[in-house]
Amino acid sequence: MAQFNINVNGVDHSVDVDDDTPILWVLRDTLNLVGTKYGCGIAQCGACTIHIDGAAARSCSLPIGAASGKKITTIEGLSEDGTHPLQQAWIEHDVPQCGYCQAGQIMTAAALLAENANPSESEIEDTMHGNLCRCGTYNRIKAAVKTAASRT
Amino acid sequence: MSKNKNTIDRRSFLKVSTAAGGGMVLGFSIFMSGCKNDEVVKQLIPEIIMPDNWVTMSGFIKVGDNGVVTIMSPNPEIGQNVKTSMPMIIAEELDVDWDNVVVEQAPLDTEKYERQVAGGSQSIRHGWDALRQAGATTKAMLITAAATQWGVDASTCTASKGVISNANGETLGYGEVASAAALLEVPDPKDVKLKEAKEYKIIGESKRNVDLKGIITGQPLFGIDTREEGMQFASVLRPPAFGQKLISFNDDGAKAVNGVSQVFQFGDKIAIIANSTWAAMKGKKEIIAKWEAPELAESTAYHDKTMMALLDSKVEPVRNNGDVSKAFAEADEVIERTYESPFLPHNCLEPMNFFAHVTEEKVYLKGPVQTPQWQQGRVAEILKRDPKDIEVHMTRMGGGFGRRLYGDFGDEAAEISSIAKVPIQLQFSREDDMTAGTYRVALKYKIRAAVKEGKISGYHITEAASNSNMYGLIPNFFPAYAIDNYRVDNAKFESNITTGAWRAPYTNFLAFAEQSFFDEVAEILNVDPVKMRLGLYENAKKNKDDNMQWDPDRMAGVLMLAVNKSNYGKAKDGVYQGLSVYYSHNTHVAEVADVEVINGTPTVTKVTCAVDCGIVINPIAATNQIEGGIIDGIGHAMYGDFSFVNGKPSADNFNKYRMIRSGEAPKIDVHFVENGLSPTGLGEPSLPPAGGAVANALYKATGKRIYKQPFVKEVEVLG
Repeated sequence: MAQFNINVNGVDHSVDVDDDTPILWVLRDTLNLVGTKYGCGIAQCGACTIHIDGAAARSCSLPIGAASGKKITTIEGLSEDGTHPLQQAWIEHDVPQCGYCQAGQIMTAAALLAENANPSESEIEDTMHGNLCRCGTYNRIKAAVKTAASRT
Repeated sequence: MSKNKNTIDRRSFLKVSTAAGGGMVLGFSIFMSGCKNDEVVKQLIPEIIMPDNWVTMSGFIKVGDNGVVTIMSPNPEIGQNVKTSMPMIIAEELDVDWDNVVVEQAPLDTEKYERQVAGGSQSIRHGWDALRQAGATTKAMLITAAATQWGVDASTCTASKGVISNANGETLGYGEVASAAALLEVPDPKDVKLKEAKEYKIIGESKRNVDLKGIITGQPLFGIDTREEGMQFASVLRPPAFGQKLISFNDDGAKAVNGVSQVFQFGDKIAIIANSTWAAMKGKKEIIAKWEAPELAESTAYHDKTMMALLDSKVEPVRNNGDVSKAFAEADEVIERTYESPFLPHNCLEPMNFFAHVTEEKVYLKGPVQTPQWQQGRVAEILKRDPKDIEVHMTRMGGGFGRRLYGDFGDEAAEISSIAKVPIQLQFSREDDMTAGTYRVALKYKIRAAVKEGKISGYHITEAASNSNMYGLIPNFFPAYAIDNYRVDNAKFESNITTGAWRAPYTNFLAFAEQSFFDEVAEILNVDPVKMRLGLYENAKKNKDDNMQWDPDRMAGVLMLAVNKSNYGKAKDGVYQGLSVYYSHNTHVAEVADVEVINGTPTVTKVTCAVDCGIVINPIAATNQIEGGIIDGIGHAMYGDFSFVNGKPSADNFNKYRMIRSGEAPKIDVHFVENGLSPTGLGEPSLPPAGGAVANALYKATGKRIYKQPFVKEVEVLG
């Protein structure tokens, strides 16, 4: 066990966990921030996507040490009140079916838009390729990302 | 009409209760910022002020003193959107403003609700009458209470958007009369008038998913998000191959992991209890177990050989019309093709999990399960408890696709909590989820057509599988009735690999085989595939009986709608189109897939889909279901590949199992037939025809017929 100081959604936390614990499980089981989802544990599905210093990262495959001294953003902290343009576009397009992958989808898309405000269709597809949606909402996700991009 | 407990059982209506709501704002005020898109979104999901007190009108409806209405959604939500569409049906007949409705997931309650199951795309079809009655009955009681207060005849009063009006122009809100209404005699269902379809204000309007705000802000909605006082986390080590038994194990390493508190055997499995999911998973990896090999360790090669032999075996037919032997004996030509597909895991994105707290007093279960009543029954049996002591609560599910019908994970959770004597959340890893599945069975079909004077005179389909798909109603599906001499055989073999329902069970592969076969037969006979199908539908009318499942006119209706919308047969150069038409789960669907060759690779660019599901409850969500079913159908037909070596699954995670991804999904154009008929379900019916449509288009683009899934092993193709 070791102590790690991390900043999640603007709040400093000191957590005492084994050093091989992935960020995902610290968020979910230690900090009770369950919006970030477990899907595969090997960075293949994107359900666990968070931002580390603004860049999209798969939290299931990064040990907690990777977050030390860095700023983590989770879906709960993407916007103060759910008004990020992507969250609003997700409502407009009624994107989710089961909804389980959508936090990860939004976090991946948010990092893309932060870096590239006006991505092309293939840039959207390439970036979102790492996020599985078992329900097949890919077309709506793409449409919502475009809608949000048009407003940013 | 289905029997309707909810309107004739007075007990639930008379249980008047109040609950403090505290005037709080539901959820969070996400639409108060100055963002320019706010107004649009605010209209889509308005903010609701919660009342101070609720009055329970029935198992379905609570009315708040400020007029806000809570509607209980009875059935499990797996992404098929019933948590929105079922309450919409109640709200329609209740005549309440949808913007004033709060939806809650009902727990399992066999007294108040019927068929709390997510399966077979049947929630809407089965619920249609009961849900409308529930809304209309409560509305009638509210009107009666208002009329009594005014001293006027109830028939002179009307209600709209939660407000009752009388002939004098006076009004009362539902919240003002609910307490009095709840004490009234429940009217006889036959005295309660239901609306005509033309009067609908909510049904047929696009309403946003009621959990949408929670989903996009990461609120705890899913089973995996369950957090209860004192809860521990559990993982389970199961036999690595099917048929294996546990001989012995060493748990020293597991017990040395920080946070692991208990390790024990139950059956041929080992449970690890810890204070975090990670510790439980880590502990599992440290266990050294010895397993006994089964007598027969099954491999895909064995399955293939067994099924091929079965296709030629003699079995009793499950349906046999006309004289099939004679038709084949007298045929000018016999066309015979064999179609093959592998096992498929479900791969719900939320791996299986369940919360259980077993105490002497009761068994509390909470989690994602499609069949809560079965869960209750099985746990009662396992723990030798009275089913009445077992509470089952349903969470939103991160996908179901049939996997969560089985509840084996709920059984395990209950057993573990009972042994460990602590509340636990059982969590499958992805590897557990993919290797301890209830797989879609591997299947082979041999289809033979007898041809006489340029027409199909006989049809004989044989199925080989480790469990039957072509039984029950399925042999009555098209082309039953359409071909006079028609025979269905199914041949089974014993397997120790667990199999079960997988989205559109029975037909998810059958439809591909059949619709590919008809496309090829049309080509061999040199007839137009549209005309050939229309001719077969027409012929079915004369053979119609009470067991006939599909409707020839509705089948022709979707076929022609898809043909017209897709320009089938008239596509521009370079666009290769494939047609597939299928009835399943009481819904008729036709699909046309477009394939174009892009940078030298055949690519599925578009699917046009026509659907006849009767009345469409919620168009934006209905379209989503159709899109998802098509993408799912294409994805698994093209990429789904799963096999066994000595009982061990070939893949245990997404790095070894390909699924369709962003950029591989075609554009999808959905059209609904408008006919005002009673609604049927949409969770499954768009999936079965997708594989055939794509295969038939790929044939035109490449000249190669596909007889086997996954397609990518047969032909170069991109999604």
